[in-house]
Amino acid sequence: MTALLEVENLTVALPTRAGYRNAVDDLSLTVHSGEVVGIAGESGSGKTMTALSLFGLLPHGAKVTGSARLDGTDLLALRGRPLRDVRGRQVAMVSQDPTAALHPILTIGTQLTEHMRHHLGVSKSEALGRAAELLDTVRIPDPERALRSYPGQFSGGMRQRIAIAVALAAEPRLLVADEPTTALDVTVQAGILQLLDRLCRERDTAVIVITHDLGVMSALARRVYVMYAGRLAEAGPTSRLLTRPRHPYTRGLLDALPHPEADGAPLVPIGGTPPSLGAVPGGCPFHPRCAHAVASCAAQRPEAVQASGEEGPHLLACPPDPLRVLA
Amino acid sequence: MTESPLPPPVPALAAEPLRRRRWLRVPAPWRRPLAAVGVTVVAAWVVIAVFAPLIGPDNPLAQNYAILAAPSSAHWFGTDELGRDVLSRVLSGARVTLPLSVLLVILAMIIGAVIGAAAGFFGGWVDNVLMRVADLFFAFPGIILAMAVAAALGPQLRNAVIAVVVVSWPSYARLVRSLVLSARSAPYVIASRMLGASGWRVLLTDIRPNASGPVLVLAALDLGNAVLLLSGLSFLGLGAQPPTAEWGAMVAEGAQNFNDWWVGLFPGLAILTVVLAFNFIGDTLRDALDPRTARAVRLS
Repeated sequence: MTALLEVENLTVALPTRAGYRNAVDDLSLTVHSGEVVGIAGESGSGKTMTALSLFGLLPHGAKVTGSARLDGTDLLALRGRPLRDVRGRQVAMVSQDPTAALHPILTIGTQLTEHMRHHLGVSKSEALGRAAELLDTVRIPDPERALRSYPGQFSGGMRQRIAIAVALAAEPRLLVADEPTTALDVTVQAGILQLLDRLCRERDTAVIVITHDLGVMSALARRVYVMYAGRLAEAGPTSRLLTRPRHPYTRGLLDALPHPEADGAPLVPIGGTPPSLGAVPGGCPFHPRCAHAVASCAAQRPEAVQASGEEGPHLLACPPDPLRVLA
Repeated sequence: MTESPLPPPVPALAAEPLRRRRWLRVPAPWRRPLAAVGVTVVAAWVVIAVFAPLIGPDNPLAQNYAILAAPSSAHWFGTDELGRDVLSRVLSGARVTLPLSVLLVILAMIIGAVIGAAAGFFGGWVDNVLMRVADLFFAFPGIILAMAVAAALGPQLRNAVIAVVVVSWPSYARLVRSLVLSARSAPYVIASRMLGASGWRVLLTDIRPNASGPVLVLAALDLGNAVLLLSGLSFLGLGAQPPTAEWGAMVAEGAQNFNDWWVGLFPGLAILTVVLAFNFIGDTLRDALDPRTARAVRLS
């Protein structure tokens, strides 16, 4: 398995009233082709900014450093035409709100074929044929008729399927799904997750799932990157991370989730709120909320390093490593 | 997996008998009496404009008759100060006013849409410059500015059209700018960019459909204004020149022969009916294309 996307030392600085602040701070991650990778974290932890930087669509005035190589091409260095050729064709995004992501007054057929014709240069009739196949792939009944319908004629779950189909229209190699199930109810969520999983396996498309929902992670992602305040907190195989987290923040996220086995046990929220962009604490950004914090946590900003005692690759940015004993 | 089926075809319509269904296909706003009146009157004027030489009893420029003769069975609308048949002149006036009004509204729409789209899409200093220019045109009352432009270019029908275009485009520019601005940051437009659409493609495929409805409504509502402005300029002697049979110029002639009411009344009525009918159609179009305002109007 080769690395499809290699993000190295990605830093995204956004202008605030107090000057530039890092929304993403020195993040590195790797995605192999055909692999589902998760990025987890609370709101404002830099997940979405990471994704947007891959598309060159950061807010006005944002500064980006580092690199994001897709097959050797640095996405961050692209501008204009080459960048547009990568968008959709190489990397595509499924956004959080399927209702908003589809144009309300264009037919599904138009929206599906538009990018396909542009990127793949196929004729209109061929594009329509492919579009119908694509709708069939995402399990939309009666694709021919759906092509002539408008987004308003579908339910939320169906629209998210269609949005996924639109994103897949030009056969991208990497699909970024930003909170793909947040706006959907639980029963529909499962279907979308299965769909993403199947697409990934059948079409060899790599998927980055961005979510705060570790349940979604466990269903889908092989590896998870946990971010906090723009920095990597912990990264490793999903199974390890969800059963034996090493970072207190990952632990906190898990404790805040209802768990079928722990019947009746109260949920434990993480105290406090994530820091705002202008007020990220020095040292480990998590230390003010961390139950295990020691004096050195406030002094030194931890780097993500291979966690001791783990066999596979497992990055951890917590030098005191209080959970190692527990694990 | 959870699959919700496509919404079924609306059963109420399918069950109705065929004739009823045909009638229902005319959208509700067009079935109101004012809409019917507007469409009928405009259609009538279009027919008149096309066939004026065949319908009109006489050559509108021929000075064959008694001067200022009152309406009679020979001359239904009377004759004017040069002994021309007023009915023929009113009918052939439609050939001047209707096509020119439509033409100038289309011109204003295109110019305004391009400028407004550029302002909304590029933003920044482009937006500032273009919109301040538009504000400059808004600062003057339309007819005054149109008079100034027409007078500067020379009294001629073509220049009157240009003058009206000059005063009309800013409203389109403003409207299109606001529509482009709101659509530019819409999630589906961002999504389209994420899939590799260029700025132009976004503008033409994703934003244009949002803007075309409101712009068409404005154009329809503006047609009445265009007719008024154009006739107004001709009335003031800045538009159509004698002997052209133009309604505004004919009303001016009537104003000089005040006791012979028929000279000015009939062209005036022509202007009135055309403007009213255009406004009815504009209102209807607005209701048809934007159901929200229609409902709001009905509720209030």
